[in-house]
Amino acid sequence: MSSTVNADRRTQLESLWEHDAIKIIAVISAIYIVYALIGLILGYSLDGIVNTLRRMTYLIAVYGMVTLALNLHWGYTGLFNIGVAGFMAIGLYVTMILAKPADPGGAAQYAGLGLPMPIAIIGGVVAAGLAGLVVALPALRLRADYFAITTIAFAEIVRLGVTSDALQQFTILGAELGTGGGRGLIRNYDDPMNVIFQLEIFSSFVDLTNSLFGFGPTQARALAYSIVLVIVLAGIYWLIQRTSRSPFGRVLKAIREDEEAAQSLGKDTNMFKIKVFVLGCALMGLAGILWRFRRTGVTPEAFRPHVTFYIWIALIIGGAGSNTGSILGSGLFVAVLFEGPQYLRRVIDQLVAIGDAPNTFAGAVAPLLSANPVPLVRYTFAEFLTLQFVIMGVALILLMQRRPDGLLGHREETAAAIPLGVRPSAAGGGSGGGGGSGSGGGFTHGQTRDQHDDSDQRTDGGIDADAADAQTDSLQSDISDSSDTNGTSKTSDTTAQSDDSATDGETL
Amino acid sequence: MSDTSTDIQSTETGTAADTAGTSSDAPTDADAVAPSTADRTGEIELAVDGLVKRFGGITAVDGASFEVEAGSITGLIGPNGAGKSTTFHCITGIHQPDAGTVAFQGQDITGIAPYQCADYGLVRTFQIAREMANMTVLENLMLPAKHQQGEALWRSVMPLARREVEEQERELLERVWDTLEFFEIEHIAEEKAGTLSGGQRKLLEMARALMTEPEMLLLDEPFAGVNPTLEQKLLEHIHELRADGYTFLIVEHDMDLIMEHCEHVIVMHQGSVLAEGVPGQVTSNEQVIEAYLGGEV
Repeated sequence: MSSTVNADRRTQLESLWEHDAIKIIAVISAIYIVYALIGLILGYSLDGIVNTLRRMTYLIAVYGMVTLALNLHWGYTGLFNIGVAGFMAIGLYVTMILAKPADPGGAAQYAGLGLPMPIAIIGGVVAAGLAGLVVALPALRLRADYFAITTIAFAEIVRLGVTSDALQQFTILGAELGTGGGRGLIRNYDDPMNVIFQLEIFSSFVDLTNSLFGFGPTQARALAYSIVLVIVLAGIYWLIQRTSRSPFGRVLKAIREDEEAAQSLGKDTNMFKIKVFVLGCALMGLAGILWRFRRTGVTPEAFRPHVTFYIWIALIIGGAGSNTGSILGSGLFVAVLFEGPQYLRRVIDQLVAIGDAPNTFAGAVAPLLSANPVPLVRYTFAEFLTLQFVIMGVALILLMQRRPDGLLGHREETAAAIPLGVRPSAAGGGSGGGGGSGSGGGFTHGQTRDQHDDSDQRTDGGIDADAADAQTDSLQSDISDSSDTNGTSKTSDTTAQSDDSATDGETL
Repeated sequence: MSDTSTDIQSTETGTAADTAGTSSDAPTDADAVAPSTADRTGEIELAVDGLVKRFGGITAVDGASFEVEAGSITGLIGPNGAGKSTTFHCITGIHQPDAGTVAFQGQDITGIAPYQCADYGLVRTFQIAREMANMTVLENLMLPAKHQQGEALWRSVMPLARREVEEQERELLERVWDTLEFFEIEHIAEEKAGTLSGGQRKLLEMARALMTEPEMLLLDEPFAGVNPTLEQKLLEHIHELRADGYTFLIVEHDMDLIMEHCEHVIVMHQGSVLAEGVPGQVTSNEQVIEAYLGGEV
């Protein structure tokens, strides 16, 4: 008795898990809980803990945006873009230059154009998109690996370009501008979030966070900013879901699979590649802007190639080709690989007295000869943050060996604007059973559809041979009568059905 | 290369667009893949004239000229390295010919991009089936249809326009299922194409080519590695489609098959056309026997 109840509950949970929104919420909640516990162990006060979670949210949101854009390039289209940091840099730099006041407020500052922030952001996004176009036009004729080299070269050109003295300060069409060179740019425009912060309702938000978590105004602002980022992330997720679940996305997938075959089927693949590359680069630019435009300043150092590889790791963890996977991958990357090591170090430090580490590696290794590993352990511990890169490398190797598809990469995310499994006329016959066809026919149609839904849930979009067979069998037997009699009532019925499924796909 | 076919072309484009919506008819096999051509039997569908393609010092195609009649099944044979596949590549725009012209229904299509070729109604399959391995059979078949509104990015994203996209997708899906039925591969509809058997891939490849609503199909060794039963089935499909007005140009090595099923045979040797005619003529040609059939037939 209780075992069946348990089994029921399990299938219930499993079918719940199939919803992408649930997956994302579950993983992010798990991350929150772990970090809340870490905060407790470290003896953080409530506002400290909430602030830690806020920081995680901020990082996950930004990484999520870029990973989604990269997924569009690599996961869907097979465009090997390893110049992500360059496009992010262009977005941010252009936005800052456009937004900085035209009158530099001191000798240390460079002038900008003094445009309002929304225009500056649009300018940054457009600039990143245009940069994508410039790279795409010549480079998309190249094979995948050469294309990759072009993109990373471009990213380095951007980084070295903004670092160079030549662009440190320049005049274009009579306007004094500058990238600040190696010294970078200082944010001397108003906080771009002021639009929200100056709203009246925001003061009650500050009061609320103050009473809930004991937040000060600065922390409340940071929290509000993170919330805005999550909303933007949701918007980008929605955009990319729509893009990928459409005839457009289908051509992208076909390009990834076999570009020449796609061409021979009448698809102008170069146009698709250019469009999707520009779109992805624009989104990377947007992410670059949102990542740092509120900080006190930016230096070219922020856009070294490792940023690109962080994004790639997040994409591989989540599984290339899956949008939900991109967000999960970003979450796990940030929580485990990016922020994890330093928190782990703090926790160990808190729980165990490690003692002073030797200053040099030699000093750490030499005592091993006398069978004394303690100095080495201390030394390793002191250098824990450096180990971060080693951990990332090991994690990547393990992942490629054990789960090359990532968490969700194996999953079928059908590239179509409607669910494909069921024939529209057959499904229409089911929901409109009372219409033209006899009630018996209507019944079997309905059954067919249910069966299909079940198989979807059980197999995570994969193929369950039995269910598929059963489905086609009953379909075949039904087709003759349904298509004859239901020809007219079909359209309205299927519209109703697709509305349901459309909203399913869009929820986050 | 008659000029009259230009008029026919324009009327056909009209009917082709109309047939997109015929899916609500009862899907009997003959109607399933609706013929888009009027009866133009006897006219020249494809004309290749003096085609030359060189790779470095090698001349793969050396002045090949031939014509394919509309509504026919024409065989293209020749020993390995005779330039058959390269000719296919040159016709369908994958290679740019160094000289010569290709005309389809009287229109010059020499050196057009591969994707434009499909727009004209000329579609090819590949010697080794090139299915989109990580896409399902359904996705593979949804892909080729022409004039898909949702291929414009903004239409797929903007809420109102997406309605229309979904509507069109439903119509298309109906056609896809019809095609699946025609080829009797409904049971693998949701499989990933990469998991199919060799024969199923050949069927998928042909089904996919048909989804572009072509006028003419260039099949590059469609029966290679296919078992006799399936081969028979493929041939039935080809005959059925021919009866519907499609034109076929088939590269094949199996002489019996060519003799039995093609009205017209073109023999290529060392890059040019050695002989052509009805199967009986060709097999009795001395040169052909020497070059291809090994002198013993």
